Amino acid sequence: MAVCIAVIAKENYPLYIRSIPTENELKFHYTVHTSLDVVDEKISAMGKALVDQRELYLGLLYPTEDYKVYGYVTNSKVKFVMVVDSSNTALRDNEIRSMFRKLHNSYTDVMCNPFYNPGDCIHSRAFDNMVTSMMMQVC
Amino acid sequence: MEQGPGGAGAGLLLPLSDTEQQRYSELFSLCCSPAPEGGSAPAPAAGGSKVGDLFRASQLPADTLHQITELCGAKRVGYFGPAQFYVALKLIAAAQSGLPVRIESIKSELPLPRFMALKNDIEMRYGNAAEIHGVKFQIPHPTLEKNSFKRSDEGDKKQETKSPPMSPMCSPPASPSNYQRIPLSYGYGKSRSGLEQPHGVSYEARHSTHQQDAPATGNYGSKSALVHSSLSRSLSVEREPQDSSNYPDDPWRITEEQREYYINQFKSLQPDLNSFISGSVAKNFFTKSKLPIPELSHIWELSDVDCDGALTLPEFCAAFHLIVARKNGYPLPDTLPETLLPDYLQPASLKPKRDCALLDSYSESLPVSQQTRDFNRTELETVREDPTNSEPLILFDVATSVVEPTSVEEMPDKSALTQDANSDDNQALNVSATARTIPKDFKPCQHLSLKTVVQESNTLKARPRSRSYSSTSIEDAMKKGEEPPMPPPRPQKSHSRASSLDLNKIFQQNTQAVKSGWLPPPPALPPRPFVSQGPHHVTNTEPVAQAKSSYVEFRLKEQTEQVSEIELHPQMNRVPSQTEESSPTRKEILLTQPPSKPIRRKFRSENQMLENQELTPTSSVTASLPVVKPHLPAQKQSSKQKRAIQTAIRKNKEANAVLARLNSELQQQLKVRNTLNITITRLDAIGCFSPLAKDLVPLYR
Repeated sequence: MAVCIAVIAKENYPLYIRSIPTENELKFHYTVHTSLDVVDEKISAMGKALVDQRELYLGLLYPTEDYKVYGYVTNSKVKFVMVVDSSNTALRDNEIRSMFRKLHNSYTDVMCNPFYNPGDCIHSRAFDNMVTSMMMQVC
Repeated sequence: MEQGPGGAGAGLLLPLSDTEQQRYSELFSLCCSPAPEGGSAPAPAAGGSKVGDLFRASQLPADTLHQITELCGAKRVGYFGPAQFYVALKLIAAAQSGLPVRIESIKSELPLPRFMALKNDIEMRYGNAAEIHGVKFQIPHPTLEKNSFKRSDEGDKKQETKSPPMSPMCSPPASPSNYQRIPLSYGYGKSRSGLEQPHGVSYEARHSTHQQDAPATGNYGSKSALVHSSLSRSLSVEREPQDSSNYPDDPWRITEEQREYYINQFKSLQPDLNSFISGSVAKNFFTKSKLPIPELSHIWELSDVDCDGALTLPEFCAAFHLIVARKNGYPLPDTLPETLLPDYLQPASLKPKRDCALLDSYSESLPVSQQTRDFNRTELETVREDPTNSEPLILFDVATSVVEPTSVEEMPDKSALTQDANSDDNQALNVSATARTIPKDFKPCQHLSLKTVVQESNTLKARPRSRSYSSTSIEDAMKKGEEPPMPPPRPQKSHSRASSLDLNKIFQQNTQAVKSGWLPPPPALPPRPFVSQGPHHVTNTEPVAQAKSSYVEFRLKEQTEQVSEIELHPQMNRVPSQTEESSPTRKEILLTQPPSKPIRRKFRSENQMLENQELTPTSSVTASLPVVKPHLPAQKQSSKQKRAIQTAIRKNKEANAVLARLNSELQQQLKVRNTLNITITRLDAIGCFSPLAKDLVPLYR
């Protein structure tokens, strides 16, 4: 479903970024980077009042003419950003949520691996497979 | 004869004898056989895995093999071309001859490298026959091989030409076309056996290289085993008697020896076989294997089925096995092989004991299939809801997918076990930290928990199997998993408390004496200082009348009341018929009226009685009593009265002794009842009466 999926660390550097059309990857990287500002804005807006109740799913960060960008933040300030093709109108919010949930689960599994140091790039094959499954659905 | 490709490729001139060349070329073709071009194409690359297998079949230590690989140039070039391959083979031969692994050592004439033959197919018999000879000769003396090999080769030649060697591993003989057919066929048989052996042999190799103790003996042990097995011509390789290791082609099966080794390693990290190894501990341990970190990470991903950051025993065995395989050159699979799944490993590891079948199948059914992590999550979530059930949950390793069909009949037991295990730590239920496989009951705990399991199984069959999370102690689980225990038997209403005093006796005596049911002595006596029994005795030496009169005196002092009552009660119980008549009245009076009055009345009634009796002349205690005085003149009257008095004294003494005993008992009971009263009032205040307390309350109020 997604065209590009990125996992951003707390310090706003990418832990994992992958996009489907292998050309023009840079464009997606740039998009994800700019979306981080929106993410931070959303976090700060909600965070002060209700830190506990802040929902992880941030929803649509901003749309462009070609695609939409969705965001998701974990409690440890690790951000998941998903770029979805705008032409794919069949995608509903619930589906995006479920995709983020799967991402989060896979990320947790990666974290459980003692050989993974938090802050490293994610090289887990299982994580790759999961992301591929999510991205292949679109194409 | 010079070997062109060998010289050109490796950059050195490698003299190879005819036999060597033939052998090498056959081996090379074998290693390349799956390739469509066959081994004859110029500079084809031998399959790395096959080469690895072949090298391992040489039974050389892994370090030596690495050295050889480096020396032959395969690493440099990146593949095993014929040149590198030949050089490697020559180096193997050198190493097997005991020469150091150097380029120089292969310049000389060397025996052919030997590769252990493990024999499966019937066709291999011929090859086996040759190999047997070879093997036999190999074991005692490496230097003899050259001749023996030649002899056996010739023998094989004749045999092998007759039977078309077919092997699942190798392509049909047609592939290596550049080589002579006849030697090829026999060489095929030989080398095929050599090639097929590696898979099985790799076990030994792996096993031997990783057995820290006596790898050499392991080698020889496996060799002799191989000889026997090949001799037996059995299709299945019976290296070990166990069922699980009959698949020499499957590198992902753990042999019994390996399993024992893994279990020992597990114990060194974590003595409790039912518990798990934490991630950091495992990380340190596996890092010692010197595999690159990404590979270790991948191995962890594969083996930690439940993704909880900890390894249970089967997970640990799987991880260790993967590491061992990787060190031997096997590429890591993308998914965990079936034979390494915890559910598969679990029953196998516990097979020796039939008893553990319950537990085996239980844990066997628990492990989750590797595929869906979401399944795990849902299981975890459903488990979360389980606390709403009556039973607490046990953290367990995996979800509840029943894998083995054999577990059907053990399902109820499993559910029982689950429930039993469920009874354990509810608090540990935590999605992130959950699924710690703890209660895989291994041998130490099996017997203990088994009995309880069997006991509980019947009671718990009907319960649905929820995802169970184990804790370390199954025993506690058992207890908690029981049906809600029967409430402790309700004590009898009469004297459920600390009854040092057997009130029944008293009641019986009372009824006998009084012939009327009456309540136990009313415990609601106002707390009075306990009067010593000394004065009792003193007073009781006197006839009842004087005792009674002494009661009056006691009444004057505070102490008297209590004593008199106490004395009166037992006296009422025990006193002979003399006082029987008055006792009912006394009792009634006592029950209904404040203590002081009955004394008087008693006294008066006693006085009436006493007037009938003769009082003892001695009345030291009662001297002050004016009421007593009128009796004194009566005492002086006659000796008959004295005798009567003496008998009365004796009776009173007996009664006194009894009364004293009763007195002490009553005092104790009084104390107990007072404390109980306090607690009951407290409970009443709190509002949490138990049935027991409710029974007690009326007595106190």
